[in-house]
Amino acid sequence: MKSIQQIGLILFLMAFALFNALMFMGKFEVTQGKLDKFTESKGIKSEVFIEQSKELIGEYSFSLDLSEKLLTIAEASHTHHRKVITEFESTGVDKELINAEWGKVIWLKETKKHGNFAAPLVAICGTGFVVENKGLLFSLTFLLGILGGLLHVLPRLKTEGPAGIKNDGIFQNQATNRGWIAWLVFGYLIAFYLALYFFPDVLTNMIYVLDPVSTSLNGGPASQWFLYGFMYCSFMVVMGIKMMIKYRHNKYQVIRSISVLFFQLGFAFLIPELLVRFQKPWFDFKSAWPLNYSAFDNWSIKKILGFDFFETWDFNALIHSDTLGLFMLVWGFILTLVIVPVMVYFYGKRWYCSWVCGCGGLAETVGDPYRQHSDKSLKAWKFERVIIYSVLLFAIIMTYGSLSREQFFLGLDYEAFITIETDDLRFWYGFAVGSIFSGVIGTGFYPIFGNRVWCRFGCPLAAYMGIIQRFKSRFRITTNGAQCISCGNCSTYCEQGIDVRAYAQKGENIVRSSCVGCGICSAVCPRGVLKLENGPEEGRITENPIDITMATEDEGKTSELRKIIIGEQKNLTDFNK
Amino acid sequence: MSKHIAIIGNGVAGITCARHIRKRDSDCKITVISAETEYFFSRTALMYVYMGHMKFEHTQPYENWFWEKNRIDLVFKYVVSIDTDNNDLKYDDGSQLAYDELVIATGAKSNMFGWKGQDLKGVGGLYSFQDLQNMEKYTQGIKRGVVVGGGLIGIEMAEMMLSRGIDVTFLVRERHFWEHILPENESNMIMAHMKEHHLDLRLSTELDEIIGDENGRAKAIKTNTGEIIECEWVGLTTGVSPNVAFLKDSNIEIERGVLVDENCTTNIANVHAIGDCAEFKVAPDGRRNIEQVWYTGKLMGETLAKTLTGSPTPYSPGHWFNSAKFFDIEYQTYGVVLPNLKEGEEDFSWDRAADNICIHIVFNKETRVFKGINTFGIRMRHDAFNQWLNEKVTVDFVMEHLKDANFDPEFYNQHEEEIVDQFNVEQGTSIAVKKKSWQRILNFIR
Repeated sequence: MKSIQQIGLILFLMAFALFNALMFMGKFEVTQGKLDKFTESKGIKSEVFIEQSKELIGEYSFSLDLSEKLLTIAEASHTHHRKVITEFESTGVDKELINAEWGKVIWLKETKKHGNFAAPLVAICGTGFVVENKGLLFSLTFLLGILGGLLHVLPRLKTEGPAGIKNDGIFQNQATNRGWIAWLVFGYLIAFYLALYFFPDVLTNMIYVLDPVSTSLNGGPASQWFLYGFMYCSFMVVMGIKMMIKYRHNKYQVIRSISVLFFQLGFAFLIPELLVRFQKPWFDFKSAWPLNYSAFDNWSIKKILGFDFFETWDFNALIHSDTLGLFMLVWGFILTLVIVPVMVYFYGKRWYCSWVCGCGGLAETVGDPYRQHSDKSLKAWKFERVIIYSVLLFAIIMTYGSLSREQFFLGLDYEAFITIETDDLRFWYGFAVGSIFSGVIGTGFYPIFGNRVWCRFGCPLAAYMGIIQRFKSRFRITTNGAQCISCGNCSTYCEQGIDVRAYAQKGENIVRSSCVGCGICSAVCPRGVLKLENGPEEGRITENPIDITMATEDEGKTSELRKIIIGEQKNLTDFNK
Repeated sequence: MSKHIAIIGNGVAGITCARHIRKRDSDCKITVISAETEYFFSRTALMYVYMGHMKFEHTQPYENWFWEKNRIDLVFKYVVSIDTDNNDLKYDDGSQLAYDELVIATGAKSNMFGWKGQDLKGVGGLYSFQDLQNMEKYTQGIKRGVVVGGGLIGIEMAEMMLSRGIDVTFLVRERHFWEHILPENESNMIMAHMKEHHLDLRLSTELDEIIGDENGRAKAIKTNTGEIIECEWVGLTTGVSPNVAFLKDSNIEIERGVLVDENCTTNIANVHAIGDCAEFKVAPDGRRNIEQVWYTGKLMGETLAKTLTGSPTPYSPGHWFNSAKFFDIEYQTYGVVLPNLKEGEEDFSWDRAADNICIHIVFNKETRVFKGINTFGIRMRHDAFNQWLNEKVTVDFVMEHLKDANFDPEFYNQHEEEIVDQFNVEQGTSIAVKKKSWQRILNFIR
């Protein structure tokens, strides 16, 4: 069994090595035809660029070499045209001439120039081994990697002994105790996410390899997001199976793991891709605003409706728009305004965060080995509250801006409404929150800071649901009388950094806005102290839960236990207030 | 000048006492002295540090700034003697500390029964932080350890070593594991589970001597049957005794532990004792004179804090309860279930031994009043059983409301119907188990 696991690990590492080696395989050949296609698709009018880009014709072995050269030329043409404009303006030539010159300027945004400008050219230039062997390479990277992962994971059913808590050696292992393996994974993840968001041209060969899969699903070639989605799903499936084996004695964990896999594979991956196949917009039905911060942005409304409803507030056009698009728009509102709060009321935010959400799903599967790294200090909790509600506020302002353009709000032309120009805000949100926080930090930091950095400190939807969970919900973690021995397993394994023990040892129920209801505190408790449950709001928050004299006077005996351990400790909470 | 309360020992009893004194009295000066560790930690969690589930810092329930903020002075020194005539105590560095009230909460020490070789290197118990360090030091890379003593610490120590791939031989003097606490049936289930974890269990076997090598390190043990078992670590887990040796020359009355009255006060009016080191002259109702479990230490600490802050309160722990975990099997007990039935008692057991699930209920044969329950692999609500014990309900009532007491995680298989069906067959009753009621559950804690 152990040797099967080792073979699995070796296969996985081989597949992983080949996957990364893809970057340096194959060739990129630039021809005049491809350049023409590129300049046409980009609508480039700069004759300087068109002329100089001829220098690009030739063969490149590394995608970035081509991109860099292309961008240098584009930037040079930009400088040239700006200079011409300045000259024109100082000499006072015809306005039309100046405008024509403005039309030739190629605009490159620093964070997007590789992804939006260079990657499309690189993508059509691939030639040689990789593009000729997509199927073979797909098998040797993705399929072999998944197979290796499964071979490594499945024997755990036997190798790890009887079902039970499997935390032996977590803090003695280089991978799970911030050792060299963890730092290596950390470095790789950061690099991968930076490439994905800011240098996707580097990943061109990896994307090629998925073309056959992409074509069979959505009818078109793969993109960097298809690559990301496919990898996301693959890792989640293998690590989800590992999670289910690890907690096979715990039905809550098993069902929850099946649920996150179902929603990731179905709702976040297959359905959107199939929608694209049928010429419908890519749409993730479970992604609620404000996690999906652009849900009500003009471009995303344009995408699903065909026109920007929030600019025109043209209800007539809305009624006559595509039924599915209309449904998507209405669904987006219902999900955010009705389903989310109602579900949080009945079940706590766990229904989303640890049962449905893709970020949560990754955290609960791939991130499970790192859950112990969340910071439990009071300082971290204070920091968390400031940051997460700031992000929520940021998202609200931004969305308000997109709904309130042109002095319109809800279709009312009313000057009292403050309108906000949100383009810059949106760019910075997308860059700082969408890419850096939720991606690079959110996942890249798993091995060092735990698997819920984004969910705890950044996610605006989690913040929104957290407020409901704290003040108006039936969900709580009930503490079992006085059985707690303050061992600290619950706090250690709380991925959200909640000091669960601080409540449990006082016999106080845990009602915290950040709790995602993963249920691991309850699972690792050796004394059966914690139970996640939904019940009446009354009696949910038990800061002073029990104040009873258990026995009657004539026995001359008072069960001080309940009174003392639980009932009268309410004042000693200064350390977490 | 405000009162100075000195507490020797920063375990759960001493620390709980300190915290609650501060809660009730913001003026007095509180000093907590320990030679074990600088900060309070949870003793019960030491095993998890060894097994790599946690780091030592995770066993500390309060962050380090907590003590200064609550003006609890921590002193990391060893107390060698107490002068009750002059109300001061002496540290091993020769310095002294004057007190107005003194609390002794020095815990316990592993029993050593004078075995030959018990002082060799590679021999130790598991109670203190130093015990853990000792075990850590001498079990690095070893092949086999022997654990002597069939109780809770013994099985914990066995689990610890097994988690690191060390083979373990477990010597149990009795005919079955934890014989003086567990009924045979339950013990058998635990023992079968030990085998699943490849524990080499030797029943009715005692330690005769520990054999050392030329470097003064344990290399084998000899059992009372004359068998020699080679090993590199010998764990002595045959119970613990109050840590009171340093009081022998003081005026404080000691027997096995520090003798105290119902207010946890010794023969000297301003000296008190709580936790594992305290011995009640008169045992509290239904309890023993010395009770060395986590919550009793906590409870004594809270009770004494009241007494020391102006409301004298007798120690009254209420109904017995406890819990433990044997490898993967969780155990809880509420009320009293003895290994053998007492006169006038009857019992009922239900088990699914294949899944390591079992419950065992004891009740009065005549009145049918519920006495206690052992549960394995099913979590139960403490509040439910506490109330039922208070109200002296019948076993039939417990059966009828069993679903209210279930505390298993959501989606777990529920066994109440099966349990009550079997109960009905055996007892000739026709009880229908009631659906879980939130209203009743909330009433438990009201």
